[in-house]
Amino acid sequence: MNLKRVVITGLGTINPLGHNVPEFWENLKAGVSGAGPITRFDASKFRTQFACEVKNYEPTEYFDRKDVRKMDLYSQFALICSREAVKDAGLDFSQENRKRIGVIWGAGIGGLDTFYEECKTFALGDGTPRFNPFFIPKMIANMGGAMIAIEEGLKGPNYTTVSACASSAHSLVDALNLIRLGKADVIIAGGSEAAITPPGVGGFNSMKALSTRNDDPKTASRPFDADRDGFVIGEGGACLIVEEYEHAVKRGAHIYAELAGGASNCDAYHMTAPDPNGEGAADVMLLAVEDAGLNTKDVDYINVHGTSTGLGDVAEPKAIQKAFGEHAYELNISSTKSMTGHLLGAAGALEAIACVLAVKNNIVPPTINFSNLDPELDPKLNFTFNKAQEKEINVAISNTFGFGGHNACVVFKK
Amino acid sequence: MSDIQNRVKAIIVDKLGVDESEVTPGATFTNDLGADSLDTVELIMELEKEFNITIPDDQAEKIATVGDAIAYVEANAQ
Repeated sequence: MNLKRVVITGLGTINPLGHNVPEFWENLKAGVSGAGPITRFDASKFRTQFACEVKNYEPTEYFDRKDVRKMDLYSQFALICSREAVKDAGLDFSQENRKRIGVIWGAGIGGLDTFYEECKTFALGDGTPRFNPFFIPKMIANMGGAMIAIEEGLKGPNYTTVSACASSAHSLVDALNLIRLGKADVIIAGGSEAAITPPGVGGFNSMKALSTRNDDPKTASRPFDADRDGFVIGEGGACLIVEEYEHAVKRGAHIYAELAGGASNCDAYHMTAPDPNGEGAADVMLLAVEDAGLNTKDVDYINVHGTSTGLGDVAEPKAIQKAFGEHAYELNISSTKSMTGHLLGAAGALEAIACVLAVKNNIVPPTINFSNLDPELDPKLNFTFNKAQEKEINVAISNTFGFGGHNACVVFKK
Repeated sequence: MSDIQNRVKAIIVDKLGVDESEVTPGATFTNDLGADSLDTVELIMELEKEFNITIPDDQAEKIATVGDAIAYVEANAQ
């Protein structure tokens, strides 16, 4: 059986750097930080009082007031970015077989705020259950992807991948493989997350996972810097239209890049800590490059997971050196989380968009906020610190790793 | 129009996102005002909260129109 080729024909996002792809890309190239004080709730008693929030978000610009109440913020982000991506791809569903179009969405947590608010109401009451009938459907992590399908009547494969911060990278890997096998013509893939809530921030704070640089939020996400002290929580959604190549050509679609390969595996090491030797991370990159039919020497840019946490930022570059050998010094590495913050379940898809745009525009977005390299890291690696770099990018790969040791890597090529 | 009527109508306008002019006594929640089964449950719960009453399920099932809701509340609210 011949595997079909798979391409990316549309992009969409709403995230801390912008409400659409052009805004996002301009700010990403310019090295803008999306961090600021938390406005979604009173964080004055929290160890971390800042986050990368979606700015100036007004849900009624996108939805009827009636529908807003029925959707958790993570589902709203899912619809907003998928609408942009569908429009960008020029897809006219009335001309398509809707049974051949699916949605594979990623969410690390799902409707955390809905869960929190409903349980809080119950806990503060007299024990009489008065749960809203929309509580369960709003909260469950698969509803974002379901809403995308419902809005457009898309009846192909539809499910949600849940692997913490690797969730939406897994959605891309699955979308790639389904289309390769001929099971669908188009998959709307991506992810969304909205966990800037008291339990989200408080929970990550208890793990000491978040930066507490409250006096200077914009410089808090500083991957690979010696003074990093944790990740900055972000929110938003990112969507890629994953399409079978011939199908895209036939309808005259604009092709951004080929989704050439993908892979996933597991550290099988610890609930939250990465394997310090980076074995799983090295393996997943090699598997993905091989899956794409490429050699490690072909890779020009790695958009790393690089969360600005202590352990992960040391293990991942080690893994790159293990997987790529001397070529590790030739390629560009950058962590766009230095600007966007960490979008958790949406991170994989957002960083995939960064890779696609790097391939299309031959620009590597920077790792901002760098001043002193962690002494455990090799100074000969090119982390694209502080300033975007113009360079011919034929192949870019994106790493994403989730709590539980879930690793995923996707490969884009011109 | 009574205070109860106004409050019931306000809840319906808010929860179902419909225009106030559509909320006539004969309007049915499902056919005329576009409510689905979950919307209807939510509406009943909101009436219970607003008027501090309990509407048993067998009674709630009989509330199909705006007029039904107003009549039920008028008969049962303190």
